[in-house]
Amino acid sequence: MSLSSLLIQMISGLSEASTLFLISVGLSLIFGVTRIVNFAHGSFYMLGIYLSYTLVSRFGDTASGFWLATLLSALTVAVIGALIEMTVLRRIYHVPELFQLLATFALVLVISDATLYLWGPEELLGPRAPGLSGSISLLGHRIPQYDLVLMAIGPLILVGLYLMLNLTRWGTLIRAATQDREMVGALGINQHWLFTGVFALGCFLAGLGGALQGPRVPANLLLDIEAIGTAFVIVVIGGMGSITGAFVASLLIAQIKALCYGIGTLTFFDVVIPLNQMTLVIEFLVMAIVLVVRPWGLLGRALPPSRQAPQSEPMLTPASKGVRWFGALIALVLMMVPTFSESFPYLITLSVDMLIAVLFAASLHFIMGPGGLHSFGHAAYFGLGAYGAGLLVLMLGLPMELAMILGPLVAALGALVFGWFSVRLSGVYLAMLTLAFAQIVWSVIYQWNGFTGGSNGLIGIWPSDWLASPTAFYYLTLASVIISVLLLRFGLFAPFGFALRAGRDSALRAEAIGINVKRIQWYAFTIAGLFGGVAGTLFAFSKGSISPEVISVSRSVDGLVMVLLGGINTLSGPIAGASIFTLLHDTVMRETTYWRAVLGLAVLTLVILFPTGIVGSAQAIGERIKSHLLNRQRGGQLNGAGNAQQSGGDPR
Amino acid sequence: MKPIQTLLEVNDLNAFYGRAQILFDVSLKVGRGEVVALMGRNGAGKSTTMKTIMGLVERRTGTVRFRKEAIERLAPFRICQRGLGFVPEDRRIFTDLSVMENLEVGRLSERLDAPYWDENKLFKLFPNLGEMPNRPGGQMSGGEQQMLTISRTLMGNPYLVLLDEPSEGVAPLIVEQMAEMIVELKKQGLSVLLSEQNIHFAKLVSDRAYILENGQVRYQGSMRDLAADEVTQQKYLSV
Repeated sequence: MSLSSLLIQMISGLSEASTLFLISVGLSLIFGVTRIVNFAHGSFYMLGIYLSYTLVSRFGDTASGFWLATLLSALTVAVIGALIEMTVLRRIYHVPELFQLLATFALVLVISDATLYLWGPEELLGPRAPGLSGSISLLGHRIPQYDLVLMAIGPLILVGLYLMLNLTRWGTLIRAATQDREMVGALGINQHWLFTGVFALGCFLAGLGGALQGPRVPANLLLDIEAIGTAFVIVVIGGMGSITGAFVASLLIAQIKALCYGIGTLTFFDVVIPLNQMTLVIEFLVMAIVLVVRPWGLLGRALPPSRQAPQSEPMLTPASKGVRWFGALIALVLMMVPTFSESFPYLITLSVDMLIAVLFAASLHFIMGPGGLHSFGHAAYFGLGAYGAGLLVLMLGLPMELAMILGPLVAALGALVFGWFSVRLSGVYLAMLTLAFAQIVWSVIYQWNGFTGGSNGLIGIWPSDWLASPTAFYYLTLASVIISVLLLRFGLFAPFGFALRAGRDSALRAEAIGINVKRIQWYAFTIAGLFGGVAGTLFAFSKGSISPEVISVSRSVDGLVMVLLGGINTLSGPIAGASIFTLLHDTVMRETTYWRAVLGLAVLTLVILFPTGIVGSAQAIGERIKSHLLNRQRGGQLNGAGNAQQSGGDPR
Repeated sequence: MKPIQTLLEVNDLNAFYGRAQILFDVSLKVGRGEVVALMGRNGAGKSTTMKTIMGLVERRTGTVRFRKEAIERLAPFRICQRGLGFVPEDRRIFTDLSVMENLEVGRLSERLDAPYWDENKLFKLFPNLGEMPNRPGGQMSGGEQQMLTISRTLMGNPYLVLLDEPSEGVAPLIVEQMAEMIVELKKQGLSVLLSEQNIHFAKLVSDRAYILENGQVRYQGSMRDLAADEVTQQKYLSV
């Protein structure tokens, strides 16, 4: 490859950088002020593309029409964003961040299905910009004129934002709120409008980023997740809340990608590394490195400590006699399932699905509940287990029994490596790093056609003959899941589990009594990965084929929903949650094309009505009744829990 | 002596952090033009009382009336907009913002019957601030930050200011300046509820005093009586 073509790659990297900056800067702005990591940001970008397709197709015959239509698309996205902020986000500013992440992910699902409904499933490529469809010649290469315009737009937006933030009263308030929004409120500023305004501005920028891509990228329904992945990477590298950081990170990532495309393949001691096919992996690798070296990003800074009173977690108690008998009864019922297979042929398949989901949820709960580490990438270990076992069977011809053991070990190995990095972080940063690791695994499997089958996946992963019958495989699954769940439970009531919970509740105190908190969390992460891998391995053999879908973001989120549905503070919660979720998923949701929207709305309802989870809500109601009675006895005025509820509704 | 019009009236205030109750039936009053000291040792509940009045403690019961209006259910920004200013103990300066920008955040419109403040008037009260209008809040000394946080709250033209431990962590020379400043504020017609551990500071500026211990009001009376009452001081204030 010549130097000039590398140079050209880097120049077109500049227009890519503008695009990345537009996608991500709004996310950073919104996080800075509201402290919400908005999963739906990529969805607003996607809406921008679809809207520009419609509007530019109609009004974009002239240059002024094109740019007005582009602007109008972005403004429409801003209005949609403002409406969503007022109806949904306002209700969740005070809930734990895990619920905020879930709620915004639910928005992704709803917006995705709304887009499907409005524009249909086909890819739609918008018309080119009038007057800019040509290209200029540079060093013997051609660069599209439109790219030159994009190149200029990024820095222009950066300067515009900078001036707005530094020279207007509104900008001053935004910067103040980024640092201490409670104090801004105590100085008489109505944060509702500040938050709505910032959210609308962020959505406008995402919508503009999308609308500008209209002539270059066909609108399709995968863009939301793709864009949010990229935006996370940029924002985390640049530093959450830093605008300049987002710009620097966009340049960095765009140039690294340009370099990868420019170099093509790299041969290193006879090993051919196809850099141009590894851009996704490299993107996430850069992010992981930055997170470990500078956890707050290149230009970010540590978050101010939360001023909310810490929430005390209810104790976990070992199963009482009644619960044990109930568990045994359920196990007995489960053993009888195959006898009904004559009358309900689908029952065995459904039961296997449920059992696998139970183990997946229980392993996630292990690290999330007692561990306090909110992993957004647990599907990575499910997928590693599935692909590990599948590849061992198909490539090395190992017997299924051996693969059943080695598959989970592959997952545990992955968790050992990723966990080492992850436990160094906490809160949203941990959530994003675990998500990034899952996306790395996903992109390796998705892009590595020759080894993993790429997007087609692997087929023909069948159990050995003696386990091939549905009944035999059902019993194998049942035994594996029961043993695994009991082992996880056992771990939680062993000294290891006590140390883990001590580390969650007070890391400092736990360390003061000699517990190596990070190490315990690392082990727990690995154990969770191992059992997630068991679930994945079982899944591979139960279906006979797997695809990259087993590692998708939505599978990770499914796991979170299962755990939260049942309640994060109980051990039987994830079991019940996973069963109900799978039952609904396999029955109700298959009936409609728009099951994502159904799931999304269900999650939103869950988060808004039960912001502290089902168990937490029950406790809150109990306390409200108690303080109600107490107040009445005193004859005092009743403004206790109700009042607290009301003030809790204000963003803080 | 003409009767003093009540500006702030707190009755049976209870506050909780998580499950722990911090305040127990705290009641107090501040009249128009008064400077009232809220005294007590570290951890007695002075700051929590102020935060609770300001709506910054989520779990709270009791009534708070300000200018005859019930404000105990209002959000902090609405309380502030009604003319009740809050100066936090830890100052909470916006460190990235310049002095002028910090003041800008606090700006609210003029009220007819409350003292009016703008940058020039505040710079006369605190000449140090006037010398560094563009300095970022993060690069100021403790005393300068204290002046800035008070000025920022005054930009909202309040009737009454909840002033939380203004003498804490500043140089002795500045403490003296703070006392003069409070006397000056009172002259301008501002009412102050001042939280303070130090009787020597409090008696320079206050008309009346309440003493808190373990989240309960244990003493109330005129500052002159308290200053003369060695036994009470020994019991509730000496360290």
